[in-house]
This record gives sequence, C-alpha cells and structure tokens, in this order.
Amino acid sequence: MSLVSFIGFALILVGLWGMLTRKNIIRIIIGFSIIDTGIHLVMVSIGYLPGRTAPIINSAVDKAQAASQIVDPIPSALVLTAIVIGLAITALMLTYAVRMYRERTSLNIDDYKELKW
Amino acid sequence: MSIVIIGTFGAIMIAAAIFAIYSQNILSAIISAGVISLLASIIYILLAAPDVAMTEAAIGSGLTTVVFLLALRRIQVNQAEKEDGSAEEVIDD
Amino acid sequence: MIKKFFTIITVLLFALMVLPLLRQIAPFEELAPVAAAYAEQGPDQLGAANLVTSVIVTYRGLDTLGEVTVLFIATAGVGFLLRRDEEDQLPGDGVPRETPREASELLGSGSMLLFPLLMLFGVYIFLHGHLTPGGGFQGGVVIASAMLLLMLARVSFHLNHLIISLVESLSGFFYVAIGVLGLILAAGFLDNRILPLGEFGTLLSAGAIPIIYSLVGLKVGTELTNVLGTMRLTRTQQEEDV
Repeated sequence: MSLVSFIGFALILVGLWGMLTRKNIIRIIIGFSIIDTGIHLVMVSIGYLPGRTAPIINSAVDKAQAASQIVDPIPSALVLTAIVIGLAITALMLTYAVRMYRERTSLNIDDYKELKW
Repeated sequence: MSIVIIGTFGAIMIAAAIFAIYSQNILSAIISAGVISLLASIIYILLAAPDVAMTEAAIGSGLTTVVFLLALRRIQVNQAEKEDGSAEEVIDD
Repeated sequence: MIKKFFTIITVLLFALMVLPLLRQIAPFEELAPVAAAYAEQGPDQLGAANLVTSVIVTYRGLDTLGEVTVLFIATAGVGFLLRRDEEDQLPGDGVPRETPREASELLGSGSMLLFPLLMLFGVYIFLHGHLTPGGGFQGGVVIASAMLLLMLARVSFHLNHLIISLVESLSGFFYVAIGVLGLILAAGFLDNRILPLGEFGTLLSAGAIPIIYSLVGLKVGTELTNVLGTMRLTRTQQEEDV
C-alpha cells in the first residue's frame, strides 16, 4: 500500500535528518532506530497485495489456491530477521556510547575529533 | 476504513519521530521512539503480516526501549559519580 | 551554518532518490514467481502451515543461520565492551550511593506469578511456529522479557552465566548439526525432511521445523537475556563498590 511506503520514506528522511543534525550520541542512535522502522515499513508494504490475507494455511486459506489468496511471505521473513538484527545493532551502539561516555565524560559528538580531517 | 487508520497512525508516527529528534528530554525521546514501533506493529497487522507485527511489538517497542533505558541509566550513574560541572549536559543536547 | 546547508542538501538528495521509487510502487496483482512457487509447493513439500516460517527456517535457512551468527557476534561485542571488572573502577569511587531497596511485596509476588507463565508462553510461541504466527525469534524475545522481569523485580538476582552459555552454545551446535543431517539424509543443508512430515496442521508435523525453531528460540532467548543482564547495572554491584 503506497500510503505505508510514504510513511516509511517520511520516517527514513526524519531519522536521517536527526542523525545528521543532532549532537547527542544517544539521539543519533534514536535516529538510527527511526530509520530502521521506516525501512521495515517500506519493505512490508511492498509485499502487500490488496484484499489478501496472511500467509498461513488454515481454514481461511485453501491449500490448493494459496497462491491467489495470500500476501507475499518473503518480505515478512526478511523484515522479521531484520528487526532482530536491528535490536542487536542498537544494543551494540548503545554499549559503545556508554564506553565513550566513560572515557571522555561527554556524549556530544563534537568532542570526538579523532576521525575528523 | 484501513486507509483512515493507517493515515492517522502515520501522522502520529511522523509527529512522534520529529518529537524524538527535537524534544529537550532524552527520556521522552526514547519513549516516543518506542511509540513509533508500537504503531508500526498495528500497521503490520493491517498489512496482513502478523509475524512481523509480533516481532515489532515485542522487540521494536519492548526490548529496544528497555535497552535504551538501561544504557541511559548506566550513563547517568557514571555521571552522578563524576560530580563535575558537566553533569547536566548529558540529558540535553 | 555551512554544515546545516550540507545536511539539507544530503537529505534533499536522498528524498530525490527515493521519490521515483515511491511513485513507481504500484500494488501488485499477482505474487512474484518465487513467492508463488513457495505458496503452491511449500505446504506439501515442507508440511508447515505458516509460510513465513517455512521461508525462514527451510527455504532461506542458511540466511537465518547467518543472522543468528550476527546476533551472537553483537552479543559478544556487548559483553566484551562492558566487562564486569572495569565496572568497579569507576572514577569518583567512594561516593555514597543510594542503598538498594527491596522490591515491594506486590512486585515480588507478581513477578513470581508471571515468570512461569511468560516462560510457558515463550515456549508455546516457538513450538507452534509452523502453525501460527510467531516462532523462534518472537518466543526467544518473550523468554528474554521474562528474565528481564526477574531482573527488575529481584534486587539481588544474578544470571547464571554457566547455564546461559551452555544453553546458547548447545542450541547453536545442534542447529548446525541438524543442518548437516539434512545434507546427509535429505536434499540439502537445513532440509527439514529428515523427520517424517506428519499430518498437516498438527503440532508434530513439518519434519524438523519445530526442532530447528525451538533451538533458534533458545539461542535468541539466551543471547538477549545476556545482553540485558550485561547492560543492567546491578544494585548489589553498587553496594559492593561502597
């Protein structure tokens, strides 16, 4: 459904804007997780077919004609694993933030100049 | 009907995203990022993807928020122990 | 100011990039050929009612193995970066900290009541992954939430790292072992037809899918529990420091 794709792209843009303009490292990570949600919305919306039901064979879906009654299962599977990975990556980034704060007593990204040229 | 629901939720989600980027308090930013995920999981139900909806509700709005809060607590404990003047600036940016 | 200008340019360029994509997304009328093949052959071939599960566990099983590996590496990274022994050497040590407060009666009793139910629910979710929505990842997360409840409600709760690492490594080992068995007994790596497919739509069906998904559930559950336990700042630890 293209409305959902629109919402997803809007979330991606807002998250990207936040990641690029904010200075606080925790807020940059929040921007990343907003981008994450936006990408998942876009991917699921691509697999949606109007008027069809979930890809589970039960009393509502005839086994022989399943291909004409269900939505695409592949984007669902991809997004499902992507969400779990997203949590792991977020936890790793937050751990880095905690470590950086412990070293430098600052969460401001401007205080970390080692990789600037 | 579902167009109306998705449109309303989408508007709330984008507003929550902007709030998460620009709010002064980082705690409310974390919570509103969780709200985005929760509303996204309802949209997944409407898009006939119940597996994704379960995952997003449990992970996106549940555990991710908890992990953020645990990290924030760790930073604040460190911060309280340092006792120097820079103590306040960690919350706002 | 010039920085903000570049940021605006970047975001605008990105928007320009995705705009044609947004316009071209037309609602499909038919399933893509691969998905249609999965939908037509999947139920008879693998015996799983939930097609998302059959895609995750069998058709794209190798991807899931890689994904679980990424999760493991991220967990190891979290544990490595937040080592326990460094926690004791915080700067400004010796400042009196708040004394640990026991959880209220309501929270303690409620967590004792809810913990077994949550564990049972998690196990239910990943055992029924091939029949209903849900599966190893969701069930694992529910188990991790149950452990989180214990961590929040009990001040002096310590994770038993021996049990966690044992369950985690054994489930990872058996996951790969079942995959190799599929290579020997059936058509390929992680093929679920090493066990009889059973009657379609019952709990004991779909060959090895429930077993593989249970192993994934245990692995994800222990890994996420470990992440939460590592990131949590234990009260007793603070007490020991003082």
